[in-house]
Amino acid sequence: MAAAPILEFRGVTKRFGALTANDNISLSLGQGEVLALLGENGAGKTTLMNILFGHYQADEGEILVDGEALPPGSTQAAISAGIGMVHQHFTLADNLTVLENITVGTESLWSWRQGNQANREKLARMIEDYGLVVDPDALVSTLSVGERQRVEILKALYRDARILILDEPTAVLTPQEADRLFETLKSITAKGLAVIFISHKLHEILAISTKVAVLRRGAIVGTLATKDAKREQLAELMVGRVVTRPKLSAVKRGAPVLEISNLSTSGGGSAALKNVDLVIHANEIVGIAGVAGNGQAVLADTLSGLIGNFSGSVNINGKELAAGDPRSIVASGVGRIPEDRHARGMIGDMEIWENLISEDLRSSDISYGGMVINGDRARERASEQIKEFDVRCEGPEAETKLLSGGNMQKLILSRALSRNPSFILANQPVRGLDEGAIAYVQGRLLEARQAGAAILLISEDLDELMSLTDRIAVIYHGNLSTPEPPEKRSIAEIGLMMAGQSQNNGGELQGVGHGY
Amino acid sequence: MVENYKGLGMVIEPRQSVSIWRAGLAPVWAILASMAICAVLIAWAGASVLNAYALLIKGAFGSSFAIKETLTRSIPLIFTGLAVSVAFRAKFYNIGAEGQLYAGALAATFFGTGLITLPPVLMIPLLIITGAIAGGALLIVPVLLKTHLKVDEVVTTLLLNFVVLLLVSYLIEGPWKDPMSLGWPQAASIIDEGVFPLLLEKGRLHLGLIIAILFAILVWLMMRFTVLGYEIRAVGYNAKAAEFAGINVNRTVIITALISGGLAGIAGVSETAGLKGYLTLDLSPGFGYTGIAVAMLAQLNPLAVIPAAIFLSAVYVGSDAMSRAVNIPTYIADVLVGVSVLAVLCSVMFSQYRIRWLK
Repeated sequence: MAAAPILEFRGVTKRFGALTANDNISLSLGQGEVLALLGENGAGKTTLMNILFGHYQADEGEILVDGEALPPGSTQAAISAGIGMVHQHFTLADNLTVLENITVGTESLWSWRQGNQANREKLARMIEDYGLVVDPDALVSTLSVGERQRVEILKALYRDARILILDEPTAVLTPQEADRLFETLKSITAKGLAVIFISHKLHEILAISTKVAVLRRGAIVGTLATKDAKREQLAELMVGRVVTRPKLSAVKRGAPVLEISNLSTSGGGSAALKNVDLVIHANEIVGIAGVAGNGQAVLADTLSGLIGNFSGSVNINGKELAAGDPRSIVASGVGRIPEDRHARGMIGDMEIWENLISEDLRSSDISYGGMVINGDRARERASEQIKEFDVRCEGPEAETKLLSGGNMQKLILSRALSRNPSFILANQPVRGLDEGAIAYVQGRLLEARQAGAAILLISEDLDELMSLTDRIAVIYHGNLSTPEPPEKRSIAEIGLMMAGQSQNNGGELQGVGHGY
Repeated sequence: MVENYKGLGMVIEPRQSVSIWRAGLAPVWAILASMAICAVLIAWAGASVLNAYALLIKGAFGSSFAIKETLTRSIPLIFTGLAVSVAFRAKFYNIGAEGQLYAGALAATFFGTGLITLPPVLMIPLLIITGAIAGGALLIVPVLLKTHLKVDEVVTTLLLNFVVLLLVSYLIEGPWKDPMSLGWPQAASIIDEGVFPLLLEKGRLHLGLIIAILFAILVWLMMRFTVLGYEIRAVGYNAKAAEFAGINVNRTVIITALISGGLAGIAGVSETAGLKGYLTLDLSPGFGYTGIAVAMLAQLNPLAVIPAAIFLSAVYVGSDAMSRAVNIPTYIADVLVGVSVLAVLCSVMFSQYRIRWLK
């Protein structure tokens, strides 16, 4: 494919105040190519794609499609030039059908339903051609995540996209769904389309792309053909140095700390827990894998004290969990790392020291009689925690919302771990962090395990679970499988279980409850 | 977060750093902007702008009588401004300070017109406490509807204002009507022991000012240094994170509502027992609603409520004088207050964001 490039970036630069989000970026993409944009969070991948799609306007440089300059800052122009974007967070209307979602906005308001039959035929042809199987008349609200993504891709293709941008497309998929997506991308590129694939997962990039561009701090630090690239080399380019993620060391596990038996919750459909049993011992990390929405959030909320209504029993160190009472749960020796640090973990408008006392506000350490806050003590304690957890900030009185994701997560970690909890609930603890922060957070969790904590690790990253846990369980429709050591199951097997198929017969999960 | 309004040829971007200069002076810019906008209206009405503003300032601060009058009018605004700023801090949008003010006035009338007679040192606190309880009680139903059934408190608190006004109207024209009032719809006078003493020999400035400033300091201390104040702020900033940390969000919102209603109730006590001496239907010309403007101008800071209330009071007092002298409708005061609230909202936004025009 040495022909003229279909898409070309020339010296694109974008600044936000003092921050240079994209620094003199030049790239080209030919027909049938899959260009992987690799980089950590904040490296500038999404900014670059937003410039291409007309959400932002570059300060310098230009973008050429088929050799012609793309008018900057116009989404309309980008779409009509044949650029289609599949966002990480889907932009579909739940209450419309697949066909309606795909055709909305493509027709004149005055010709309502005029071309319905033609639309339907065009869509059916595309579904056939690309193997993107989905029922055109299904309501989007009834579709699985994988199917929704197919609708997003169809939506872009329907607008005659020739350059398809996929932003972290596999983040919400099971391994099998991801494989299927890769098949689709192959059939798309075989028809002469070009794909830009944004990811920070190296193995995916090596599997699907023809060319890799690595971004670091807004600049391209390397462009290479995928066939010449090695995993370690890409990782080092992306991070700028060699980062080794911590590994599990052998520890003899101790007595049971968390004992859940027959735990069920009501309501919530497939997210409701159904007769969950789980025991986690001291010095042990148990991981839970599962597609989002299968009950892991409900389990985490129950253990955090946000859900007080359940049947069954949850014991920590032999004592019953203070259901629905986060403060007592924390006081009884539980450290909690919530899934969403902005929404639940921290209060951005408060100062750092204020966030660090939120869980033990009324304790005698922090307040006089549970009424008046001991500000000096709280600031002093915050300073100690900032130092111990290496939080980069101006001090305890800095505003929390100005911190980077990694530093915010360190604050949450310090709040959860500084009281040496015997049980730690870590829900997606490294999501959205850069490599350095990931290694730090994982290292801290492993230290806690070494020191005798029992840890429940909920993650969407199977690699993380495989390398960091003593045992892995899979949650599907609220049923939790028996945890097994990672070496007993392959990633493929876990992927099937995440999709609700047991590895033996390929049928629905049998085990409602007690250890299937 | 970059908001995109390309159709308008502009992009709104967050500022990299917000200077204290910009943030702290936002209300000042807002006031200047609203004066500039109202200048157009004054000129339109056919008066000299400079003369009109000079008269306004003179009417509000030009004599000791004017200053006393401005301070007197600011007393209920401090209370209602505090009521609103506490509630809004927890994102409980209490629009019903007007009704709670009248509830406090009803309580002061019920207990203060002869039912109980105590020496002033006990009588005045009793009236304040009962008024606060009445104002808070009025919010019990709206806040429980919000916490338990998610009913919008804006609607319920606003509509309750009219219910309370009708109740006042019924009482002072019926069972509570003062037989000595020569037919005017007003309740009996507060007994002498319950009347707030005057601070100065001449004029109407009464003890209420001291009490109001005291409450502003108390509320400020509470918001800043106590666990309860922390919880109120946490719930307002991020209720989900507060809940996760173990703060009982519903309980906090309920307590906030009771405090807010109580503060507004004291405004009613102060107007009845401090200024008028008896309850009438024109006790408040909308102090409850103006309290929202006070709180917004003060950016919900309890101490800043004091100057904000004095400023808005000066606008009303001064524009009375101005309209008498140059024949401009007193409504100009309402316009000035309304525009300054809108302007403060804009200037707070511009202290954190800026507009970049596209070429």
